[in-house]
Amino acid sequence: MLDFSYTRARSADEARASVAAQQGTALLAGGTTLLDLAKCGVERPDSVIDISHLDGLSGIAVDGSGASIGALAKMSAVADHADIRDAFPAIALSLSLAASQQLRNMATIGGNLLQRTRCPYFRDPATFPDCNKRNPGSGCAAIGGVTRNHAVLGTSSHCIATYHGDLAVALAAFDAVVQTDRRDIAIDAFFLTPDDRPDRETVLEKAEMITGITIPASIAARQSTYLKVRDRQSYEFAAASAAIGLDLEDDGVTIRDLRVALGGIATKPWRARSIEAGLIGRAITPEIVTSASRLAVEGAVSQGGNHYKIELAPRVVARAILTVAASLNPDLNPALGETA
Amino acid sequence: MTIMEPRKHGSSADGAVGGRLSRFEGRLKITGEAVYALEYPAENLAHAVLIQSTIAAGRVTAVAVDEALAAPGVLMVLTPDEDLGLMVSADWQGNRPEEKPYHPLPREVQFNGQSIVAVIAESREQAEEAARLVRITYEEQQGVASLDDPKAGEGKLLEQLSVAWGDAQAALARSPVRIEGTYRTPREYHCAMEPHGLTAAWQGDQLTIWEPSQWSHGMARMYAEWFSLPVENVRIISPFIGGGFGSKGQPLAFGAVAVAAACRLGRPVRLAVTRPQNFTSYGGRAATRQTIALGATEDGILQAIVHRGASETSVYADVPEQTGAATPILYKVENFSSESRVVPVNTVSPGALRGPGKNPSAFGIECAMEELAYALGMDPLELRLKNYADRDYQSGKPWSTRMLREALTQGAEAFGWARRSAAPRSMRRGGKLIGWGIGCGTFPVIRAPSEAMIRILANGRVQVVSGSIDMGQGTYTILAQTASEALGVPVEQVDVVLGDSRLPGAAIAGGSMLAGSITGAVHKAALAARDELIGLALGEAGSPFRNTGANTLAISEGRISAREDGPSLPLSQLMAAIGREEIEVRRNTLSDDAQSVEDQNKAWTTMSRVQGPTMGDYSMHSWCAHFAEVEVDEDFGTVRVSRMVSAFDCGRLYNPKLVESQWRGGIIMGIGQALLEEGVVDPRNGRTMNANLGDYLVPTNADIPDLQVISVGVPDLNASALGGKGVGEVGIVGVAPAIANAVFHATGKRVRDLPITLEKLI
Repeated sequence: MLDFSYTRARSADEARASVAAQQGTALLAGGTTLLDLAKCGVERPDSVIDISHLDGLSGIAVDGSGASIGALAKMSAVADHADIRDAFPAIALSLSLAASQQLRNMATIGGNLLQRTRCPYFRDPATFPDCNKRNPGSGCAAIGGVTRNHAVLGTSSHCIATYHGDLAVALAAFDAVVQTDRRDIAIDAFFLTPDDRPDRETVLEKAEMITGITIPASIAARQSTYLKVRDRQSYEFAAASAAIGLDLEDDGVTIRDLRVALGGIATKPWRARSIEAGLIGRAITPEIVTSASRLAVEGAVSQGGNHYKIELAPRVVARAILTVAASLNPDLNPALGETA
Repeated sequence: MTIMEPRKHGSSADGAVGGRLSRFEGRLKITGEAVYALEYPAENLAHAVLIQSTIAAGRVTAVAVDEALAAPGVLMVLTPDEDLGLMVSADWQGNRPEEKPYHPLPREVQFNGQSIVAVIAESREQAEEAARLVRITYEEQQGVASLDDPKAGEGKLLEQLSVAWGDAQAALARSPVRIEGTYRTPREYHCAMEPHGLTAAWQGDQLTIWEPSQWSHGMARMYAEWFSLPVENVRIISPFIGGGFGSKGQPLAFGAVAVAAACRLGRPVRLAVTRPQNFTSYGGRAATRQTIALGATEDGILQAIVHRGASETSVYADVPEQTGAATPILYKVENFSSESRVVPVNTVSPGALRGPGKNPSAFGIECAMEELAYALGMDPLELRLKNYADRDYQSGKPWSTRMLREALTQGAEAFGWARRSAAPRSMRRGGKLIGWGIGCGTFPVIRAPSEAMIRILANGRVQVVSGSIDMGQGTYTILAQTASEALGVPVEQVDVVLGDSRLPGAAIAGGSMLAGSITGAVHKAALAARDELIGLALGEAGSPFRNTGANTLAISEGRISAREDGPSLPLSQLMAAIGREEIEVRRNTLSDDAQSVEDQNKAWTTMSRVQGPTMGDYSMHSWCAHFAEVEVDEDFGTVRVSRMVSAFDCGRLYNPKLVESQWRGGIIMGIGQALLEEGVVDPRNGRTMNANLGDYLVPTNADIPDLQVISVGVPDLNASALGGKGVGEVGIVGVAPAIANAVFHATGKRVRDLPITLEKLI
């Protein structure tokens, strides 16, 4: 059998020290990713350090300045937290629309950020040894294969794997900060596109541990939504998703603030600042929203099977913006604000 | 084993055939007490894991096992180099044309995901780890990945599946209104909740196998033939099955491997097929394509049907998925032509999956009929009724019972079809396009003999004993109901023992034939037991009825009396009075000329006594009509089924609650087929890229709306002893076309290839 050692860490410091001291050491929190990847042969830790029970890392606090969420908070706890739902509806939705209730009850926020791709080539090492994520320099078996769920944005000739998480998309929209034992990292800088090093998915260094995330409060975050379009109604990753926050001027039509991030279409959570820049200060109409939303897929590269994402993603963004807009100002064309 | 405590459920019909009892074994299952094949305790158990090929075609040139053999706990590695000494088994009919060896771990690789090596160790974890250390070297050849592979070609014409009457091409050419379409269905899989696997143990030359089985006797026979054993030496135990849907009717290569390993090791071996390995250990429904041309008069009278179908098969067996199975019998047509091909590709041989043939066949003809309706500008319901088949035009025989007209009209009434706005894209709700569509379905009545034993025990309880199986469809429950009714004892007093090839023989739980077959045998045995008990009560010394002058007795509510309203005695007291510990009666429904031991064994272990739907004076089938409503979000291309009404003619229902559950299960699978399910293959190496339940999408609860089901059937005593027709498979047939038709009505876009995923509508 895969003969790994299992240790229940007494403290976060001890856990970090163990990771630093030994190659092949994995931290175990909710286990929903680690176990899954161990079963398909992608992860083979020599040593597992259980941190799931550590005190002080699972808190959820919301005040006027924003939210602070411990790395070990469960997805379901955050999704159901009344203040999060109130101040950050897109965050709560991104969690409640993800995975299944059973997984949400186990999975932690820190682990959620670090979930790895569902690329079937990445997940089948026995058949596809070529994977630059698993084995840098070996190639990418996905290119030229079955690519319906692969990314159209942020790809490279080395990797086209989608980042499938939902939470991180909402975090990206609202400028969350990932806190580690060493530093604070802006969410946009936390995730890396594959470029020529698909094995590096985040800027986390060896033995660096996520301790929590903070999300600054904003009116846009309070007036937000997460729209997830997928093949089936539940327990499925996004074909395309959008986290949207919107604030209107007192006239009810001029866009004061807008946040847009996309999921299911890129190699990392994809903040679409060009849409924001194109719309802030303008009077909202379905036409300009639809038109600006096309900027979401600027530079997109189709692999064939995933071409539909280039059509779909802007529509998801536009619908989400118009949905929030209609909720803020019922005079805005309600037919265009209907949710999926 | 003792199975369950029967329970009442309030209806006055309880205990008799037709009562709405809940499943007797339900509590055992939901509380985890039901023991499944891989959970049986076995001492000194060893564990086997499979290693499957990672290429589509080629040859295993070397297997390096030294590292694996040196790994902790490893007992044995089986490779293509080992001759396991197995012989090919006979086919389902019992024909065994040649004696030749069978290699469940073959050297020639015929598909990606074929089992090549097995590692056996003290624990499953050790075996899995050692399996990683085995190095297989292949000489790879070019494979054909799928039906769509340009190298696949047109395939082979199967003459035996060609059907023709009239002059279809000429009639088509003469028809003023014609449509033609090509319809495609992808590979689809069973996805039973319980994966494949078994526990095998030898005691001398006696072999016991705990394996989920839709046919305990047939599987015992096939294992026996592989291992050159007398069939009575092999025992299959399968009291509970976590879903089969056609996948558990025969032993498969992994079973041969586990049994051979157990033999070599001299200890029990358990082999659990992983979920990904399930996708290639037994084939799902083959991918199909079919072109259908219909010709009609301007007032919508069907003149001709021309059907050309093809399905993929493996490179080692021609297994057709008969896309022409439903085409000839749904409508009245004087000119008909159908041809079918199989196209060999590098896949595991396709398997039987709920509604084989009829299902993809109905997708073709039922989509085509709606295309014709739109071409005619006619209501699709009216078109179907106008071309109602008054008899079976293929066999020329009259229907035994066919309440499809009632299914269409009563289904339409319940659905509110009359409120339909005819034009595509003309119905909307809440910003979504709404569409309505119809799909008819059919499944043949397949008849087979069975045997059953009834025991009346000293305590007055009754046992029904049968080797038939219950995979969730309700065999335990309906057999208790059958015995209860025939014997006159309350259903609480009946125990049912099933799922063991040592028990009386039974038809396969496949082809929707088991319920009709086994209720007939139980009914016959129970009546015989009743007669025997009454005879003893009238004749035995000690019986209070001995000298009463009565010439028969009544049994009701578990009490026996000379008159219904006279003084009565519980059966336990009668058994005590006549000094009997047990009355045991065994009966079968084989014909009188097939009662030899040899004939009986053959009947229970092969399909040789199975009768098709037109063997006899009538053409016999179950029928249904599905009405689907979809909501389409046109921006996103997403389709959601918002409601369905389905009306069925399945004859008499032995237990309406369980039948409705079966119908709904079929409809749910049909919704998955319509919108979600597709085995995706890498065109470069034939690998199934979504061989897990995260990536191969089956419906979740959230995908399923309220499903209204209606029974319009009448008892059909030609079809079965108690008047029922098959219920298990017909439910899925016609669902996918109903949804595809509704999507067309909603959007004006005709999607002819399943599943209808968002990129096809965006």
